[in-house]
Amino acid sequence: MQVPAQFDYERATGVRHAIALLTRYGPESRLVAGGHSLIPMMKLRIANPETLIDINDLDELTGISITDGALRIGAMVRHAELLDSPLAVEHFPILVDAERVIADPVVRNRGTIGGSLCQADPSEDLSAAFTALHAVAVIEGESGRREVPAREFHTGPYQTVVGDAEILVEVRVPIRTGSGSAYEKVERRVGDWAVAAGGAALWLDGDTVGEVGIGLTAVGAAHFCAPQAEDFLRGGPATEERFAEAGRIAAEHVRPTADQRGPEDYKRHLAGELTTRALRRAAARARGSEA
Amino acid sequence: MTTTDTTGVDAPGTAPTEVAPTQVCASTPMGYGSMRRKEDARFIRGQGRYLDDIALPGMLHGAILRSPFAHARIVSIDTSAAEAHPKVKAVITGETLAGLGLAWMPTLSHDVQAVLATDKVRFQGQEVAFVVAEDRYAARDALGLIEVDYEPLDAVIDARTALDEGAPVIRDDLDGRTDNHIFDWEAGDAAATDDVFARADVVAECDMLYPRVHPAPMETCGSIASMDPVTGKLVVYTTTQAPHAHRTVYALVAGLPEHKIQIIAPDIGGGFGNKVGIYPGYVCAVVGTIVTGVPVKWVEDRSENLMATSFARDYHMRGEIASTKDGKLLGVRVKVLADHGAFNGTAQPSKMPAGLFHVFSGSYDIAAAHCQVTGVYTNKAPGGVAYACSFRITEAVYLIERLVDVLARDQGWDPAELRMKNLVQPEQFPYTTALGWEYDSGDYPRTLQKALDIAGYAELRREQAEKRERGELMGIGISFFTEAVGAGPRKTMDILGLGMADGAELRVHPTGKAVLRLSCMSQGQGHSTTFAQIVAQELGISPDDIEVVQGDTDQTPFGLGTYASRSTPVSGAATVMVARKVRERAKIVAAAMLEVSPDDLEWEKGRFQVAGDPSASAAIADIAMAAHSDLELPDGVEGHLDATCVYNPPNLTYPCGAYICVVDVDAGTGQVKVRRFIAVDDCGVRINPMIVEGQVHGGLADGVGMALMQLMAFDSDGNHLGASFMDYLLPTAMECPSWELGETVTPSPHHPIGAKGVGESATVGSPPAVVNAVLDAIGVRHADMPLTPAHVWRAMRGDPIRTDLAID
Ligand SMILES: Cc1cc2nc3c(=O)[nH]c(=O)nc-3n(C[C@H](O)[C@H](O)[C@H](O)COP(=O)(O)OP(=O)(O)OC[C@H]3O[C@@H](n4cnc5c(N)ncnc54)[C@H](O)[C@@H]3O)c2cc1C
Repeated sequence: MQVPAQFDYERATGVRHAIALLTRYGPESRLVAGGHSLIPMMKLRIANPETLIDINDLDELTGISITDGALRIGAMVRHAELLDSPLAVEHFPILVDAERVIADPVVRNRGTIGGSLCQADPSEDLSAAFTALHAVAVIEGESGRREVPAREFHTGPYQTVVGDAEILVEVRVPIRTGSGSAYEKVERRVGDWAVAAGGAALWLDGDTVGEVGIGLTAVGAAHFCAPQAEDFLRGGPATEERFAEAGRIAAEHVRPTADQRGPEDYKRHLAGELTTRALRRAAARARGSEA
Repeated sequence: MTTTDTTGVDAPGTAPTEVAPTQVCASTPMGYGSMRRKEDARFIRGQGRYLDDIALPGMLHGAILRSPFAHARIVSIDTSAAEAHPKVKAVITGETLAGLGLAWMPTLSHDVQAVLATDKVRFQGQEVAFVVAEDRYAARDALGLIEVDYEPLDAVIDARTALDEGAPVIRDDLDGRTDNHIFDWEAGDAAATDDVFARADVVAECDMLYPRVHPAPMETCGSIASMDPVTGKLVVYTTTQAPHAHRTVYALVAGLPEHKIQIIAPDIGGGFGNKVGIYPGYVCAVVGTIVTGVPVKWVEDRSENLMATSFARDYHMRGEIASTKDGKLLGVRVKVLADHGAFNGTAQPSKMPAGLFHVFSGSYDIAAAHCQVTGVYTNKAPGGVAYACSFRITEAVYLIERLVDVLARDQGWDPAELRMKNLVQPEQFPYTTALGWEYDSGDYPRTLQKALDIAGYAELRREQAEKRERGELMGIGISFFTEAVGAGPRKTMDILGLGMADGAELRVHPTGKAVLRLSCMSQGQGHSTTFAQIVAQELGISPDDIEVVQGDTDQTPFGLGTYASRSTPVSGAATVMVARKVRERAKIVAAAMLEVSPDDLEWEKGRFQVAGDPSASAAIADIAMAAHSDLELPDGVEGHLDATCVYNPPNLTYPCGAYICVVDVDAGTGQVKVRRFIAVDDCGVRINPMIVEGQVHGGLADGVGMALMQLMAFDSDGNHLGASFMDYLLPTAMECPSWELGETVTPSPHHPIGAKGVGESATVGSPPAVVNAVLDAIGVRHADMPLTPAHVWRAMRGDPIRTDLAID
């Protein structure tokens, strides 16, 4: 059995309290949400925090709702809850697609949306999904709240803009009409991290792409997005040929690294193939014509 | 024996044959039948008692420091900081062990293995030091305080370079070693085989790797050693499939008196061969208890299990098959490069360095065959044959079943027809193969036909052709295997000089309840149920009234244990024989009870009755009471019914099976979906058909895992790239279709109840079926396992991946 090194444990009672504790214990302290990323790393002794600050009692961070024309997802929402959310199904099926292929039921029952984004694993699925949706992260610190676009949230592998004494409180996705979204992932086995995955969101004006978002994970896409492919599609017709071309453009700009999940050429190929597939399905959903 | 009813591939237009799931008996059968497993109520309620559930008074905890390098010289080890840790009781290094003569231990293959490294480390994860502390947290903390100064050396990772001029010499501990060569071994008739190849119309060859895989049981390995300082008795609780063999090995290795050693295997959470050998951690726990005077527990974690304990396979094979232009197989030959890791620790009969690999002529009537196997050292973990393989039959079956498919593809023949045309025919049994095995029984054509019928083979081929037109990829893969299990005959097979026999002891208490003591050891196979059913069938005592005792060397007779599908063929036979001995004793007692001569008695299940007078009879429970009572017995007849016996198998038993796999492949991503899997198994008489099916289900899932996802590669520095379940993927229910099972039954003629083993059949038979299906779908001649999405995609582009090395 793998066992972690010794650590202290504090249970926060509110967001302000959590921030105060983070300030008090400093950079060697860590928030623990679902613990499904942090605790395995502690057992492997890759992470050795001196203090864990438990945020599982923070009701302020729970719940999925529509607020001010946006879908609001609390940082402590568990994967399982998002997977089952009728609001997500109705507005952003990409989130449900993604949740269905994240880990397994055991992990999904405890792992949280906030923990996923803050872990900032380069193969994380929700980072790509929220990037495609042009979502906004809401972060709170001693001096109050600030909003950061999902595309600026990650600063590198395992790194985010969330400061040492800050906490991610929620994610917001603006609701606009004409939207369709979808997520496509290739994994070696159910519950495996992505070999590559891609999500697409489209906002159609008739047959024209009004706005588009493409999120890619595990393929070395900077900030999980494919801006060149998005620029190509924006304002043009939503056709199969153009989705294929967008896939080609996306594939050109990724920087995958080879590992046991696959060689570089394969991952690059998938970046294109999955972009095209996600766009195709997103468009069908936007048109209400999904097979 | 069941007779053949049909041959030839099914007629066009046949629809699949439905298979009904096995019905479980409503009440306990008096003998064979699908009864629920007696042990399951306990397991389902979480009341199993595994090694890590055991806590002895005053017990300390051990942890092992392992090498980060694949090959390095140890310059120095500083344990002072670890020893200063307030909760640490002892730090043991190779030097400590050397003082006790225990730094090296013999392997099961005439080699030695380091318990704790003294001179060099030879694989990543090798054991370097052992810490004993008050709890496992402190033990783990203290590992971080040990300082080892290593001088890294070049490593031998690619087995194909192990014998190169100038390759680093791994085993310079062995006198006079100048290379990494372990052995050359051959079987079959080389000249006769060359001769048929020279005359053959058609020859197909193929290079293939059966990659290194790991048994990965749910429970990892571990041990609690407890030396009683007063009595001098050593009790070792340990995860072992072979408790008696362990006892003898401890006695031989450590020089401890064997009567003062007790091995206890508690419930075992899966073995698959992983728990046959003795690992350095076990020996360290023994040294730990001797040094500290209190019990020491050591349980490895998942990464340690994957990195350092017995792997399996790792066979680089170059196979060739020869046939006439009409598809009559003539000969098969193979050259193997066997990667045995840093120490030759394969577990197999002593005289067979490649185990039973030389059954590779498979299920076909082939005139000539020859193999040549070369074993080499590499900087990888030792082990070799563990993992549901019947001593390398997995590799053998994969070889021949791939070669047959390659030949069929080259010649444009249907792979089912080619197999059907060449199977050994029922009337040829007992059949002696070109490699000298005597197959005991089987009806191969009927078994294959049954699988083809269940699959609806012609219909599937038609569907495949239609799909191909539309650009969709669907594949159908067949494999037919012959297993060779129940090792083994004393004259040819032993492990470390111990004959491969097993004992059984049966006691019938006065009230007619019985206790059966076995030398084999369940790791989940359901021995408590199956073996009770055997006794029930023989004696008419309900399985509910029979306790099966296993795993404790103080309570059970000697025997070699459970692996290589040998429990039913060997211990099962011992159980039959001991029950029959009891019946013979019961007959004498019954004769005294009924005041007749034993010759006048007939056995009717559960009772002896006087021939011609069924009203005069005695039931087994009454006989048992009488045997312990004041009933006057004939002179020279002892009381009680208890008996013991040892069973020496006269031959192996040869189960067989026909497997068909249907897959769909996503051409854009390379992802494989196993849509259907048909498995028709013939394991002779089925004692508990439900348990047989459970064994088959598990093995099929295993096969899907090996064929599609289990990847244990090494980078050029020797880093193990499959050391966690994030990297080394085991299949889940989501990757498994609803298995479609069928059966044929050809009893073994030499086994007392005609039963053959089944534990490994599906693991042996399924990988080639899956691989054949995927390659059939993508139209590729060969690509090695595992066929991950990336690998399938690459194979479709004519650029397959070396699956034993890092992808770069
Ligand atoms: C077996 C397994 C399979 C997995 N497969 C996938 C997969 O396929 N795809 C995928 O995307 N993910 C996968 N995951 C990751 C899983 O989604 C994450 O483990 C989980 O969602 C992270 O959330 P958590 O609540 O458990 O985070 P924790 O482990 O509790 O925290 C993770 C990190 O985030 C920080 N943190 C948590 N909450 C906040 C907050 N509100 N504000 C600031 N920082 C915070 C913590 O301090 C820590 O550094 C898998 C995990 C496991 C164990």
